[in-house]
Amino acid sequence: MAKPRLAVWKFASCDGCQLTLLDCEDELLDIAGEVEIAHFLEASSGTVAGPYDVSLVEGSITTPEDAERIRRVREQSRFLVTIGACATSGGIQALRNFGDVDEFRSLVYAQPQYIATLEHSTGIADHVRVDFELRGCPIDKGQLLEVLTAFLHGRRPGIPSHSVCLDCKRAGNVCVMVAHGTPCLGPVTHTGCGALCPSYQRGCYGCFGPMETPNTASMTTWLGRLGMRREDVVRVYRTFNANAPAFREESEAHDASQ
Amino acid sequence: MTHRSDRTLRVQALARVEGEGGMLVRTRAGRVEEVRLDIYEPPRFFEAFLQGRRHTEPPDITARICGICPIAYQMSSCNAIEAACGVEVPQAVRDLRRLIYCGEWIESHALHIYLLHAPDFLGYHGAVEMAADHLEVVQRGLQLKKTGNDIMEVIGGRAIHPINVRVGGFYRAPSKRELTNLVPRVEQARDAALETLHWAAGFDYPDFEQDYEFVALRHPADYPITEGRIVSSGGLDIPVREFEDHVAEEHVPHSTALHARLDGRRYMTGPMARYNLNADRLPASVRAAAAEAGLGPLESNPFRSILVRAVETLYACEEALRLLDTYEPPDPPAVDVPAVPGTGHGATEAPRGVLYHRYDLGEDGIIRAAKIVPPTSQNQAQIEDDLRRFVEPRLELELDELTRRCEQAIRNYDPCISCSTHFLDLRVEEA
Repeated sequence: MAKPRLAVWKFASCDGCQLTLLDCEDELLDIAGEVEIAHFLEASSGTVAGPYDVSLVEGSITTPEDAERIRRVREQSRFLVTIGACATSGGIQALRNFGDVDEFRSLVYAQPQYIATLEHSTGIADHVRVDFELRGCPIDKGQLLEVLTAFLHGRRPGIPSHSVCLDCKRAGNVCVMVAHGTPCLGPVTHTGCGALCPSYQRGCYGCFGPMETPNTASMTTWLGRLGMRREDVVRVYRTFNANAPAFREESEAHDASQ
Repeated sequence: MTHRSDRTLRVQALARVEGEGGMLVRTRAGRVEEVRLDIYEPPRFFEAFLQGRRHTEPPDITARICGICPIAYQMSSCNAIEAACGVEVPQAVRDLRRLIYCGEWIESHALHIYLLHAPDFLGYHGAVEMAADHLEVVQRGLQLKKTGNDIMEVIGGRAIHPINVRVGGFYRAPSKRELTNLVPRVEQARDAALETLHWAAGFDYPDFEQDYEFVALRHPADYPITEGRIVSSGGLDIPVREFEDHVAEEHVPHSTALHARLDGRRYMTGPMARYNLNADRLPASVRAAAAEAGLGPLESNPFRSILVRAVETLYACEEALRLLDTYEPPDPPAVDVPAVPGTGHGATEAPRGVLYHRYDLGEDGIIRAAKIVPPTSQNQAQIEDDLRRFVEPRLELELDELTRRCEQAIRNYDPCISCSTHFLDLRVEEA
């Protein structure tokens, strides 16, 4: 029986989520034994034409060419899984969605006419059908292995969707917000990191994006009680998942400039 | 039949580099007419959206420029912000920063040596294909890479976009025990790095010695990683704050990355530049290993940069062991860095070379302007020049072979196109 074919694609991103696959140092050669890595340019100059059984897509759509390219990737892929905050919600480059991209372009480039770019940075699901979205900036290695295993065996991935708070309770962490007054987005943030920041004595900064149905309004009230000013509240929601609807709407509700 | 002196070498998407870019080399009558390292990775505008952020935010934000060298971005940004605010961090914080940076050098260099570059020398598409014939070698490389990641995970919380680095130091200092646990693995990594150097010394290298101007940091005592003055083999010796007086970036039509020049001249930064300008700062044991592998005090063949990366990997393991041995947790783990209006400059040695940051802070600690110059944009003009010189004497080669070798020449620089802003597709067309 032919091995299932895996492809990895990159759009606007930092390379970190596809690097997570290469960071599976103990598992990489076993994975390569189970699947045919048919297209993964960062790892190999040998590429096999589609169709592919599973495509992992990193990065957001920011140019007209990439909006076309993702359609071709979709056509060639049985399952399409987005990996990371960029592919899932537009990434940090979606901060342009709140500003004027022409101004951004001329701030960075002396010859802005050479640069073709879209006004907004958007996740993959805004352009094509997506079979599963894996969260995180960056994604978690264990979750990536679970998603790959699940799709290759034809089952749904077992990825929980509760908040980071639950992970802190399981880890036995003292709540940084209650005990130390440290602002923490844990109550509204999607699980996946293992409550990393609170384990290092800092507040969660939301790099896995919003959990399902987060109470961001209450979160904002608490941030205010801890002394955070309105403009800082806006910044807290506008980082690596700024364009995820729950975070975007909450930041816009407090943005005095809009 | 097309005459071999008129040809077009084109790679639409380069493989085994970080990010998206392509290559075009066009020759006519045996002369190179046009060379382009096409960088079409979409621009992400980091410098624009840093404006209006707080002075404490650049370590988390700029880490997202690159998943392979996030520590480099975190450290250059911390240096720059702390300089703007007039704060010097204590030695214990500097040592812990150097230790996590050693982890990133080990991880990034092992990735490049084993997964990205060695397949060129041994004739494979990639490391997975190479493992079919060289399983133990590939496993050694993966374990070496993993140890670099282990160091970053223990100190930084995770290897990609670590969460424990902040302006002024760290959120939490790891305990002595957490770090001591790393020692046996780093000792194994040191042995693996030495084996890597012996292994790479046996590769075939094309003759390609060139006359380069090298640019790197230089420190009074240490091999440069986290601090130093900016020096060049052409006599430049300046503090970091004068970087922009000498290095100017220009914007060319075929690239979303800017090309940097030093007083109008192209130059090379990265492992070879560091080594050539700082070999005297390496411990005697590492210098002896380099000499045994056939490296002199001056190496000017960029194809042999893989050997220099192996030497630096060995050094990073030695240095990590030294820092682990003397580790005392910084207490407190971070010093306060109250915002002071003004400008701060920072530079560190990313695995691929000098990474420069500047921030202008306003009265309220809000960033008014930011400037970031990554290593790959500094090397772009040099990469294009290497291609020009490499192709002309080799026009008799088959087109596929010549194109493949050109890709290898680009990988000499371990270009990080995501950093410089960008995916490469290598295809060759007959003119």
